[in-house]
Amino acid sequence: MPIHEKSLIRPENLSTHDNLVIDGVDVSGDFSTFIRSRVVTDYNEDLQDEIAAMPGGEYIHRCWQCGSCTNSCTVNAENPDFNPRYWIYLIRMGMESELLRDKDIIWQCVSCNKCTSACPRDVVPEGVMKATAHWLEMKGHTPKSNSLIFDEIFTDQVVEYGRIEDGRVLMEFMKKTDQPLLQDWLVDLVKKLVSGLPLKALSKMGWSTLFHPKTSDWSKARDALREHIAEEKAKQHAALGMDPAE
Amino acid sequence: MQDNRKERYKTVAYYPGCALEGTGQPYDISTRAVGKKLGLKLEEVKDWNCCGAMEVKNIDLEVQTYLSSRVMSQAVHKNKAEVVMAPCNGCYHNLKKAEYDLSHKEKSKATVEKISAKAGHEAYHPGEIETIHALDWIKFGYGEEELKAKIKGGLKGLKVANYYGCMYTRPRHIFPEKGHGGDSESFKDPHYMDDLLAIAGAENVEFPLKTACCGGAHTLSDSDMSTKLVLNILEAAEAAGAEVIATECPTCHSGLEMHQIRALKKLSKDTKVKVVYFTQLLGLAMGLSPRKVGLHANVSQSIPLLKAKGIA
Repeated sequence: MPIHEKSLIRPENLSTHDNLVIDGVDVSGDFSTFIRSRVVTDYNEDLQDEIAAMPGGEYIHRCWQCGSCTNSCTVNAENPDFNPRYWIYLIRMGMESELLRDKDIIWQCVSCNKCTSACPRDVVPEGVMKATAHWLEMKGHTPKSNSLIFDEIFTDQVVEYGRIEDGRVLMEFMKKTDQPLLQDWLVDLVKKLVSGLPLKALSKMGWSTLFHPKTSDWSKARDALREHIAEEKAKQHAALGMDPAE
Repeated sequence: MQDNRKERYKTVAYYPGCALEGTGQPYDISTRAVGKKLGLKLEEVKDWNCCGAMEVKNIDLEVQTYLSSRVMSQAVHKNKAEVVMAPCNGCYHNLKKAEYDLSHKEKSKATVEKISAKAGHEAYHPGEIETIHALDWIKFGYGEEELKAKIKGGLKGLKVANYYGCMYTRPRHIFPEKGHGGDSESFKDPHYMDDLLAIAGAENVEFPLKTACCGGAHTLSDSDMSTKLVLNILEAAEAAGAEVIATECPTCHSGLEMHQIRALKKLSKDTKVKVVYFTQLLGLAMGLSPRKVGLHANVSQSIPLLKAKGIA
């Protein structure tokens, strides 16, 4: 059984005694700090294929576990629990229940592409992180992350109009994630922005919030993109053994 | 590459992208102003669309490739251009990425051709146009020697940290020419912005986080992480002695401005360094007024500092 971090000694496997005296010797402290033998039976043998079917995950099979991705990772430097190499290992082994222990942080990849640049096997770990986050959400293991909600709002606007307008994306995101638009730092930001702007620029900004900037002659592209996205989604659902029409 | 870039970059198709029309307006204003001053011509890509940014890529890889390919197709067929210039790192990255995917992935090629046909325009084929960044445009289109003659120490005494961000040089397979000989850009230690601002008289500081990430991908969805990452950059710049950070990406730029404010509000971490687009600094060095380079439209208020230094 290969060794992988985190499952060596889990908190729930520690037995702790605060006051334990045996034959007159105080032996209080943590017990069972050894690796418990266990037989893993809950493999999901399709896990790697499922991740590979999500956008960005297609090269996961190339990984040979050198750790360059985690070593170079921006998020790992701030939070050591964010560990792409470890997750790719678990996915390739089919250890779904182990992977699910970290389900709430996998979406936090900032797409800085340091991992993808560092990877000697062209796994595109950045894509694998996105694929895994999608998989978690599609399988119902996690609610839609704020990041995914943002991506969807943005993509919807691009498909609809050909372009986005920053203010609208921001407002819709705050609304959909139940966040107040009037957060102290946002208010401060707008104040600083407005203080320097001449009236002409301000009215231009207000104008584009009301009247969405559009790419002209976009309707055929919009229909083609919608059709393509629906086809791809159906394929992804089918790859996860779900109803393609879902 | 045969160096007839000075000729080739003289007139380019200009792709501002959504950001430069919105929060990145000062970058648009200053890029146009600098171009005008240098006699480099910009012809906006006709009826352009979003490059797909990273948000669309996360929903569907091929849709992003199509969106970027349409921009290049417009530049080729509507503008009749040989070169498209994108000042936004995200746009620049995505156009280059689409070029790479269309030359290396059958699926991308087939999808782009299919969607282009349905959308009723010519599909883009790799090699039809060259994508460059605003840095290439000025450095090679105008020329460093000529720039030296044009500006004589306009930024003298200003300590600058040059910040390039993630998407300008990463990942390496999309930017293979970088870091391989000649005067091409290194993906670990890019220097074009340093070169240009040094010519303009700035004192570039040793800045170790040149290509660090600002957390722009989650600037709203994971604000605490973005604030931390931005704070790392701001503090490193200050530790290096910088008075301003020069940026070349609207996402990085607004990220730095936003999270500088947020760091003060949420973490009581006050940093003084000002955030300015490199084109704004270049414009000022060439004698353009603060208003002409859109300095008043920045959130980060650098005018008092630059006035005190006799630059603005």
